[in-house]
Amino acid sequence: MDITRRDLFKIGTKILVLGSVGASLEQITGAAPPSETYRMADHWWGMIIDIDKCIGCGNCVRACSKENNVPQGYFRTWVERYEVEERKQPQVESPNGGMDSFPPSTRTDVKSFFVPKLCNQCADSPCTQVCPVGATFVSPDGVVLIDEKYCLGCRYCVQACPYGCRYLHPVKDTVDKCTLCYHRITQGLTTACCENCPTGARQLVDFKNPQDPVHEFLRNNKVEVLKPYMATQAKVYYNHLDGSVR
Amino acid sequence: MRRLLHDSGHLLRPAIVLLAGIGLFLVLRGAVIPKNFGQYGHYRPGALADIRKRPISFAGQDTCVMCHDDQAKARAAGKHAHVSCEGCHGPLAQHANDPGSVVPKLPEVGALCRRCHEKDAAKPKWFPQVVTDEHSGGALCNTCHQPHNPHL
Repeated sequence: MDITRRDLFKIGTKILVLGSVGASLEQITGAAPPSETYRMADHWWGMIIDIDKCIGCGNCVRACSKENNVPQGYFRTWVERYEVEERKQPQVESPNGGMDSFPPSTRTDVKSFFVPKLCNQCADSPCTQVCPVGATFVSPDGVVLIDEKYCLGCRYCVQACPYGCRYLHPVKDTVDKCTLCYHRITQGLTTACCENCPTGARQLVDFKNPQDPVHEFLRNNKVEVLKPYMATQAKVYYNHLDGSVR
Repeated sequence: MRRLLHDSGHLLRPAIVLLAGIGLFLVLRGAVIPKNFGQYGHYRPGALADIRKRPISFAGQDTCVMCHDDQAKARAAGKHAHVSCEGCHGPLAQHANDPGSVVPKLPEVGALCRRCHEKDAAKPKWFPQVVTDEHSGGALCNTCHQPHNPHL
C-alpha cells in the first residue's frame, strides 16, 4: 500500500487530536496543598546535628527506612564512622548505612566519631537547578522535594548533589531522597529520625519560628555545614564537626 | 492580488500547516500542564499535597504517652527519659490507630541494648557503654536493668 503525503497528514492529525483529548480526560491534577492550619510561608525547615551526641546506634537509619519505605540497600539518611589518624586520609565506613549499628572499634590511637548524614535541604540547591522537567524543587517552607509524577529518572540530580543524598528508586524508577519527613512535619510531628534519636543528636528546626531553640543553639555553638565551599546554603548544621568530614 | 495569491500558494500551504501545528501544540500544552504550574516556582504545586498525603508509621511520643502513662512516668524518672518509645518498640502508628488489632511485639533485648551501649571508641566518652560479653557474662540486660528506668 502506498501512503501519500495526504494520508500521512490525515493520520498525523488524528493521532494529535485523539492524544490531546486523552490527555485532557486523564485529569492531570494541579490541586493546591490541603488547606489546614499549616501555612508554608510561616516555616523554614532545617536540622541541627550534634556530633558529640551521636552514638552510632542506627536508630535514625532504621526509623527513616521504615517511615519512608526505603528500599533495602538504599538510604535517605545514614551514619558514617570516621577514624582519623594524624596526617593521614580519614578511614570512613558505614556498613549497611549504619542501620544495625557498627562492629565495635577498639582503636584508641585514632580520633574517631560518628557523622549522621542526610539531605542538607540546601536553599540554593544544585540538584533542583539541573532538573530538566521541574520534578525537584525547594518548597516554600525550605524542603527539597521530588515530584514522582514528573521525574523522568534521568539522574542529573543524582550527579549534581555534592553530598550523595539521592538515588534512583529501583522499583519506581524515579529519583528518591530525604523529604525531611514532609508528611510528618506539616502535621506538627518531628521527623522519624529525630523522633527516634535516643540522645537528641539530631533535631528538626524551624528557622522562622522565633521560639525555636535553634537560634540559641546557633548563637552559642561554633557550627558548620558540610562542604561550605559549594555555596549550596545547606540548612543542616553540624556542631563539633571535624575538618576531615566530607 | 489574485495573481499574487496564486503565485504564493506554495508558501501559504506550509504556513497554514505550521500555524495549525503551533495551535495544536498550544492546545496540548494547555491540557497537559496543570493550571497552577509555577505558582511557587518551576514545579507542580500538587506535588506538595501528594507528598503530604503519605502515611505515617511512627505515631510520636505524645501519642504513646496518652495511653501508656505509667510507662512514661517510670521512664521520665530515669536515664532513658529522652529516649522515645518507638525508638525501642518500633513504628506503632497502626497500633495507636487500632490498639486492639495491632499488638506490638516486645523488642529483642540482646540486640537492642547493644546497639547503643556496646563499647566503641568512636562513641562519645560521656555515654555509658560496656563490653557486653565481659559485663554480664551472657546474661540478658533486663535480668538486672529495667529498660524503662535502667538504674540498678
